[in-house]
Amino acid sequence: MTLRAPSRRLVLAGGLALAAAPRHAGAAPEAARAAMRAFAGGAEPRRGRVELDMPTLVENGNAVPTVVRVDSPMTEEDHVVEIALFNERNPLPDIARFHLGPRCGEAWVATRIRLGDTQTVHALARMKDGSVWAASAELIVTLPACIEG
Amino acid sequence: MSRALVSVPPRARRGEVVEIRAMVQHEMETGFRPLPQGGFVPRLILRRFECHHDGATVFAADLHPAISANPYIAFRMRATRSGELVFRWIDDRGAVREERATIEVA
Repeated sequence: MTLRAPSRRLVLAGGLALAAAPRHAGAAPEAARAAMRAFAGGAEPRRGRVELDMPTLVENGNAVPTVVRVDSPMTEEDHVVEIALFNERNPLPDIARFHLGPRCGEAWVATRIRLGDTQTVHALARMKDGSVWAASAELIVTLPACIEG
Repeated sequence: MSRALVSVPPRARRGEVVEIRAMVQHEMETGFRPLPQGGFVPRLILRRFECHHDGATVFAADLHPAISANPYIAFRMRATRSGELVFRWIDDRGAVREERATIEVA
């Protein structure tokens, strides 16, 4: 997806997003960091091996296409055990946890998520050896989820 | 409960990695939607999704309110044996929705 020059409509929508922000106090980035630390369980998440594919510009925060791919042979000895998605500004930091194993053949998951605001989404993957790998995506949300109340 | 759609290729070669897609009709009520008279619409979401095949769990997911309404989840599976795939969604109250599909592995 290419970023267009912001149209007037987009700028107005952006204003709306900002105006709506205080209605959800939101999971502060600290809450997301705490949730990611708990998931990592002592391991230091490393950048790489995880690919998080999301649109840069989100027109509808109610259903944001999300794809996570992890570089792993997915064998009995070496595979992804768990993939977790976190956000920084929804009311709760957790999005989903996916439990995988060698039967998956490939470490690949697709879903659709809700985003209440412009923010960063994080994907963490835990391998069988306990190592944790991470990727993140920054998204601009023009129509946030659930502003209509 | 509701309508569920699963997409499983009917046939696959042994060892081939296939894509499995599952979607189920559900509001995924977050618990954060304010009511006009105050308070919030009570939370009611699907909190668990599972796919079983050949006596084992292939894939599972713990879902939170940030998953969109009518949850869509796609994943991959290595085709090892013909048989039935059982898909299961479980909500906050423990209600279970089940769906089945068959794959022929040659």
